[in-house]
Amino acid sequence: MSLRNRSGPALAVCAFALLLGGIALVFWWAPTDADQGFSQKIFYIHVPVALTAYACFAWGAWKALRLLWTGNERHDLESYTAIHMGTIFGVLTLVTGAIWARISWGVWWSWGERQLVVFLILFLFYSAYFMLRYSIDPGPRRARTSAVYALFGVVLIPISFLAIRILGTLLHPAVFTRDGVGMTGSMFVTFLVVLAGMLCLGFALYHTELAGKRLDARLRELRRALA
Amino acid sequence: MTTSEKYVTAAYLVVLAVVLLYVVIYSFKMARLSQEIAELAELARARADRNPEREPEQAPVA
Repeated sequence: MSLRNRSGPALAVCAFALLLGGIALVFWWAPTDADQGFSQKIFYIHVPVALTAYACFAWGAWKALRLLWTGNERHDLESYTAIHMGTIFGVLTLVTGAIWARISWGVWWSWGERQLVVFLILFLFYSAYFMLRYSIDPGPRRARTSAVYALFGVVLIPISFLAIRILGTLLHPAVFTRDGVGMTGSMFVTFLVVLAGMLCLGFALYHTELAGKRLDARLRELRRALA
Repeated sequence: MTTSEKYVTAAYLVVLAVVLLYVVIYSFKMARLSQEIAELAELARARADRNPEREPEQAPVA
């Protein structure tokens, strides 16, 4: 197991460049939305943050599946780190969504919106992952139990994404539908640049956190050996 | 600044603040790990001083 974090710095540089460029495009290039006005600019940060949260949870579930499939315990730490990152991006999704809801709908939260409620359930489900994980002593049993739990949660991702498309919505807009993308070309390019930057940021943080956790584990082993 | 502009600024600043908070927390973690490495190096040195006749082991190349 290598302690070198090769991908982290490269991803961090890409994230910085793409996010800086993306934010410049949001405020100086993308047109103001005719319907929502200036407040629609929150879309360019809220949706990429939410998609990054989904990507981190899905990555955590994939690593959990690899653990159950191969029995290699290194996937346990990778799954845990990905879910840790997904939870941070989940908090950001809820906060930026609440700010957008307040300016667009006049309320911070709407219990009638299915996508919001399903995302909250997904977030709380993965928050409970940490309680489960730390209630079991470290070892193969904890790794397997955490992996099974992480896999159950991933089912909520397509439900959350498709909720407004299948069940319909009262307030929450659906930009990506079967009819295409509900925005202009310049808006879509801007969105893609910020999304790429946010995904790079998410995976840069994932690699950095993973390297730190591995170093921590190695130091604990060394301390035990020297004691 | 209009109300819309204030809310948009707040949304972007929240994301920036969380990333900065993460960097601050991580720098504390790195400081703690550096401290631990220094302590372990000191412990290994003290052990080597107690057993001077023993040949030092070759450090594994990463």
